[in-house]
Amino acid sequence: MHWTLAVRRIALLVLLVALPAAAKDTVKLAFIGPLTGGNSAIGLGGRNSADLAVTLKNADPKSRYQYELVVLDDECKPDTGVQVATKAGADRSIVAGVTHYCSVVAIATVETFHRLGLPTIVWGAVLPDITYANKYPEIHRVNGTMINQNETAAKLMLKQGFRRWVIIHDTTDYGKGHDKYFTQYATAGGGKILGDFGVTADQQDFTAELTQAKGLNPEVIFFGGLTPLGVRIRAQMDKLGINAQFQGTSGIVSDDFIKGLGPLAEGVVAFREGAPAEKLPGGKFFLEKYAEQKYPNPPEAYGPFAYAAAKLLMDTIDKVGPDRKTVITALAGVKNVDSIVGPITFDDHGQNTVAAITALVVQDGKWVVWEDSEYASGKRKLKGR
Amino acid sequence: MGRLGGQRVRQRQAQAERALSAGAGRAVDLLAQYVMNGVMLGLMYALVALGFTLFFGVLDVVQFAHGDVLTAGAFAGLTAYAALVHAGVQSAVPQLLAVVLTATLSMALLGALLGRLLVLPLRGAPPLNVLLATLMGGTALRECIRLFYPGGSQPQRFPALLPTASWSVRRFTLRLDNLLMIVAGVLLVVGLSLVLRRTRLGLAIRAVAQDEETARTMGIDFRRVVLLTFAIGSALAAFAGVMNGLYYNEINFGSGLLLGVIGFSAAVLGGLGSFEGAVLGGFLFAGLQTLGAVALPFASAYKDVFAFTVVILLMTWKPTGLIGERLGERV
Repeated sequence: MHWTLAVRRIALLVLLVALPAAAKDTVKLAFIGPLTGGNSAIGLGGRNSADLAVTLKNADPKSRYQYELVVLDDECKPDTGVQVATKAGADRSIVAGVTHYCSVVAIATVETFHRLGLPTIVWGAVLPDITYANKYPEIHRVNGTMINQNETAAKLMLKQGFRRWVIIHDTTDYGKGHDKYFTQYATAGGGKILGDFGVTADQQDFTAELTQAKGLNPEVIFFGGLTPLGVRIRAQMDKLGINAQFQGTSGIVSDDFIKGLGPLAEGVVAFREGAPAEKLPGGKFFLEKYAEQKYPNPPEAYGPFAYAAAKLLMDTIDKVGPDRKTVITALAGVKNVDSIVGPITFDDHGQNTVAAITALVVQDGKWVVWEDSEYASGKRKLKGR
Repeated sequence: MGRLGGQRVRQRQAQAERALSAGAGRAVDLLAQYVMNGVMLGLMYALVALGFTLFFGVLDVVQFAHGDVLTAGAFAGLTAYAALVHAGVQSAVPQLLAVVLTATLSMALLGALLGRLLVLPLRGAPPLNVLLATLMGGTALRECIRLFYPGGSQPQRFPALLPTASWSVRRFTLRLDNLLMIVAGVLLVVGLSLVLRRTRLGLAIRAVAQDEETARTMGIDFRRVVLLTFAIGSALAAFAGVMNGLYYNEINFGSGLLLGVIGFSAAVLGGLGSFEGAVLGGFLFAGLQTLGAVALPFASAYKDVFAFTVVILLMTWKPTGLIGERLGERV
């Protein structure tokens, strides 16, 4: 009797000691994006998607670690971005980061991550310089860049017969980059840039620029910048009776753009890296799992990329362990790794080389893939066609 | 040969004349468009500047929450609109009335409250304290809109409640809604000027502006006059906020930030405390911005830099404003 009691006690003790050891170690990942301010819808969609990746990974019994997402808000502002990047980089318990939607912020934090040695994967920012200006082993990106985007944009618009553009762009690196690459590809294809206006990123009134643009009589107004300005410019074009086609960049591809404009958004064309979630190889799976979690906001355009970035980091950590240096080494060798956004291959700059570009047009209050739209089939016409 | 040549010359002349007149026409219609844009902007700036000048007139203070009061006014109007839509009122006239009245009345109240809580208690303190207190009050107000208005961090769509008919002459487009807003704005400015000049309240405000002590001994209720002035100035800002919303069909929590700075600069440029100065300053600033965007060869991104630089130059030239404050005519 006594013997069995002793055995039981010992067994209980062993169990108590062993339980925490059997539980998985917790590994922290940082997610950084704009969670407040004009671009917060995309930021929140990205955060939810990264969170989804973590939730699914933790539910997987084969996962070696318990993952935890540390969410940080960069407000789409470079100074705030550098602050939170420093916070994430200095916290040695954070092993890697899924970082930034806004190019202005992503380019500002490159040095920070490099200095602090934190491996990161950019999930939304499209400025080429983020990966290409330096050759930092810490910095990677799953989405394509604005170089590919503008090449496709110029080709498609030229094919529609448009020849004369006026460009309005914000004076951040994002806007300036789009200005540069679109001008390059449009003029190479025989297009003409009649005027080029830089505007500040928080400008309210565009009537002076637009009146000048009106005088130049363009077929298309090209806007390189983000949603809040895009909404204002499109609305003020209407106020001034400018009947040109409005063309935007990945920065305006959001539900807020359509919500902010209502019927005026109809027929607006924009381009973006990757493809809509439902068209992606793993899109159906992603959208189903996303819906199951009942997040209060949609994944938005870049959610799948945030998901893919987070998943790639966790899979890598599972393989090589939660150490920043080994993770960086492992990421350098990522080749043809399957993901919901298609196979990922990092080049020597950490840039994913397989980057599809999708053309979109607003049709009946929705962003519709160009090829599926009534504008492409000829049932509806772009302005002036 | 000669006749043929003559004909050709005449043809060419006619062609050249047509081209010339078309060119001149182009220049005129574009100019008209710039003037129209500038007038709309100038009117909004003037309405904001008038608030600054009124506050400075009665109390010698700068109320830096003024721009955020403008934003709050626009959001109050938008809330009223949403409530009416929710209640099933679809007609534009009651909607417009509700938007304007809610915005102006609620901001009049808020303005008086700010005056009562942030400005009057600090009367004995250095003017810098009032400036700081209102600056912080404004920041708090702005953050409250961002945090507590549903989706407040996003740009909000402001409904077009005015008739949107428009006339186009070549590249000049005149919109009925803009015209109506200009008329309403001008009437408001003229009305305010009449109130200040012709009514007992106006007399009281001017008396307080001129000499507080004497005004008190004449039996004028100082606190009441000050709070009323804050109410009037803030209602003007709310009106400018609604106008801003109707003009751009979009408002956001930061709308009032730059408008506040510009309104203040306009008031200083015209001469703080001077009614005409504020109006003049508002239109001058709008003119400078338009000129900066149109006439400068380099990117229009520098139009604010240009406008503010000119303002600084003008201020060094006339430190008390273009229409220098004359004590007797203060406000």
